[in-house]
Amino acid sequence: MKLAVLVNEGPYQHQAADSALQFTKAALEKGHEIFRVFFYHDGVHNGTRLGVPPQDDRNVTQQWSELAEKHNLDLVVCVAAAQRRGILDASEAKRHGKDADNIAPGFRISGLGQLIEAGIQAERLVVFGD
Amino acid sequence: MATLHTVNKSPFEKRSLDCCIRHANPGSAILLIEDGVYGALKDTAVSDKVSGALDGRKVYVLGPDLHARGMSDDRVIDGVEVVDYAAFVDLVTEHDRVQAWL
Repeated sequence: MKLAVLVNEGPYQHQAADSALQFTKAALEKGHEIFRVFFYHDGVHNGTRLGVPPQDDRNVTQQWSELAEKHNLDLVVCVAAAQRRGILDASEAKRHGKDADNIAPGFRISGLGQLIEAGIQAERLVVFGD
Repeated sequence: MATLHTVNKSPFEKRSLDCCIRHANPGSAILLIEDGVYGALKDTAVSDKVSGALDGRKVYVLGPDLHARGMSDDRVIDGVEVVDYAAFVDLVTEHDRVQAWL
């Protein structure tokens, strides 16, 4: 079945980012298609490549990136939520005159239309958040 | 047209489980995840309410989240089913839609 996932909470806040990750992994293992994972509100913090969690702790962003590479996942970060919170790709950094970008591998920045499309195209939308 | 409801907050912290049970139609299912797993325990202030919800509905609790909080399956209310992430995925696909009570 074609599924989509919405993540509304940042990593290391409560548990929603971990739950979304585990659910996505389980769905892929069962052979389902993940049409898209959309990161909204504080969920955009999942998409920074500059996070350095302690060595004995899980690296949520890295797990998303690895999963995206392995399964060709579409990880989309909401542009408006990202700009407010300082999550930028190269073109957004240039557009706003910033000296660096920090989007993690496998993530891309796009608009809320991508969430609407995921809701229409996928047969189920599963929401994880605070 | 059955709905899967997910609740991720403790009933001792938020009212989301109560709201969920009030809205969940007969034939629907409730899955307790994250801190929501506290709602699945026997002999608490909300146990009777959850047991009551089992009348006409299915109630599930996510095992990994239950065990991560130091609780074993025998502390779960009779009739509430302990499931893993694979079964969580099955519940999503077997129901027509998923409503998260955040």
